Amino acid sequence: MTQALFGEAINQATIEEMKRDERVFIMGEDIRRAVYGSTANLLAEFGEKRVLDTPLSENGFFGAAIGASLVGSRPIVETLTSFMWVAMDQLISQAAKMRYMFGGQATLPVVYRALMMYGGGAAAHHSDRSYPMFMNMPGIKIVVPSNPADMKGLLKTAVRDDDPVIVFEDGTLAGMRGEIPDGEYITPFGEANIIREGTDCTIVAIAGAVNHAISAAENLHKEGISVEVLDPRTLVPLDKETILNSVEKTGRLVVVDPAHKVCSAASEIASIVAQEGFWSLQAPIQKVASEQVHIPFTPSLEKLVYPDVTKISNAVKNTLED
Amino acid sequence: MSINKETLIMILTRMWIIRNFELKVMEVHSAGEFSGAAHPYIGEEAVAVGACAALRDTDYIAGNHRSHGHPLAKGGSVKKAMAELYGRVDGYCKGKGGSMHLADFSIGILGESGIVASSVPVATGAALSAKVQGKDFVSMVFFGDGASNQGACHESMNMASVWNLPVIFLCENNQFAVTTSYEETVAVDHISDRASAYNMPGVLVDGQDAIAMYEATVAAVERARSGQGPTLIEGLTYRYEEHSLGLGRVRRGEYRTTDQIDQWRKRDPINIHEEYLINNNIASREECDSIASDSEKLVDEAVDFARNSPFPEPDELFEDMWANPIPRP
Repeated sequence: MTQALFGEAINQATIEEMKRDERVFIMGEDIRRAVYGSTANLLAEFGEKRVLDTPLSENGFFGAAIGASLVGSRPIVETLTSFMWVAMDQLISQAAKMRYMFGGQATLPVVYRALMMYGGGAAAHHSDRSYPMFMNMPGIKIVVPSNPADMKGLLKTAVRDDDPVIVFEDGTLAGMRGEIPDGEYITPFGEANIIREGTDCTIVAIAGAVNHAISAAENLHKEGISVEVLDPRTLVPLDKETILNSVEKTGRLVVVDPAHKVCSAASEIASIVAQEGFWSLQAPIQKVASEQVHIPFTPSLEKLVYPDVTKISNAVKNTLED
Repeated sequence: MSINKETLIMILTRMWIIRNFELKVMEVHSAGEFSGAAHPYIGEEAVAVGACAALRDTDYIAGNHRSHGHPLAKGGSVKKAMAELYGRVDGYCKGKGGSMHLADFSIGILGESGIVASSVPVATGAALSAKVQGKDFVSMVFFGDGASNQGACHESMNMASVWNLPVIFLCENNQFAVTTSYEETVAVDHISDRASAYNMPGVLVDGQDAIAMYEATVAAVERARSGQGPTLIEGLTYRYEEHSLGLGRVRRGEYRTTDQIDQWRKRDPINIHEEYLINNNIASREECDSIASDSEKLVDEAVDFARNSPFPEPDELFEDMWANPIPRP
């Protein structure tokens, strides 16, 4: 085991996959000079042909990645979630729909790495956590890593997958250092990680919320409450079996989601458990997600928006009230 | 430029296939044999056929909502195209795409697109892959005068030029985006004038003349394949029919005169090409007529094929979502 930052894990996965497979290339804004860090050294290692700085034309180059993927390349696109809005036509009309509407003829091994830059005063235009919108659209696999080891293993799986994948990179984890397994490994899609076992309540937490859930579980443990913490790791596919099994054991569910609460990933997980795990439940499901407002710039207000340890702890306690 | 007899005959054959395909589609659509929109390509045949004649099978094309002409011009199957319009399992996309999403990846047809200009970045990306992989295929994208105002077009042309990509931007200027004239919506006299903004050649071509389209495209393909980058070709043409069969019953205001339509019909691309063949002793009137009647038979057989092909079974609903399948939610 070695230690690595979240961004270093991205960098390691990219270098390993580009070495392994010549068809992989990477494109994005300012990636040669690695302004977001995770594309460091790629230009020196792989050259200009496979490391492309793009014009500020997201709809254009998101679509170009799709076209390249159709004819033998395996592109990785680096972007921010908030820039995906200007490329929605290519993401939805082409990436998500192309294979199905062409009766299975199209294979699109394209990966979009989308940084979610929230929680640090980035304000409304740069703080999007937009994965629930893409969950609603069939055709795109959705990855939400919560630690460096998973980030690396899931990105490698994404590059090898033959379908369009969006990897949502949680910017609040940028400073997170974690252990990375030695040697070659990949982390499969659709397998939730049981981070902490418990018996009184299940918390399913997404991306950066996982760390808050772990802290809440540690605090609650001191109060004699035993919490199980699950990280789904991918939302499409979603490992609902592990979630349902956990709820069957604990009888209680709190879903923690940094996205806006309405039609969130939390909403979907809650609805699955309400429909398929209802008879296991001993209390109403609690949803802890971002408030339904835009992200304010000022720190005094921004911190009120997202799930935090206190909100999560209170939600767990709500499930345990008589 | 030399153009051989085989190519000249192939151009006539494919124009007749498209013409008769579209006439038949209008007939069976109005008889209610299938539903949905369909956008007739009649009047514009020389654009796609002349352009595709300049391509290899290993080159790629992508198209738009006026979607039947491009795959047929590149040698696509008439039967599979017709069966797709009928929503049948033997259609190009097993009935999942319909009129606006014909595709045949086996011969480089990367698909038509119902969203205007949406396939322009995709075709640009195919060309990017050629460059990254060091392969010698080119890609060509068909888009209309309406699409030429979409950001996707401008972004793609700029990218293709700065990266020197082997792509041909082929604007089929049929002069109307549904009912709105390009003269009211395009700030320059000709869409090909826009090429100068992207530092690539812009070529205005008589889109009723298949040989002119072929020659312009051959030059663009040569440029692309030899690493000299993209070209914008504007084929000035005209659609004889209304925008879409699906909209045919909607009563609308006048936007073009009968006189204008008649004037364009006098410059029919098939007539122009047949006259060339006959005047230059390449084919006789009889040979041209027999090409026309053969294509009619081909289309009739395609309709029989489509009518006799079954609809997809219910379990087909969930097929083709994923290359690496995942459990259904």
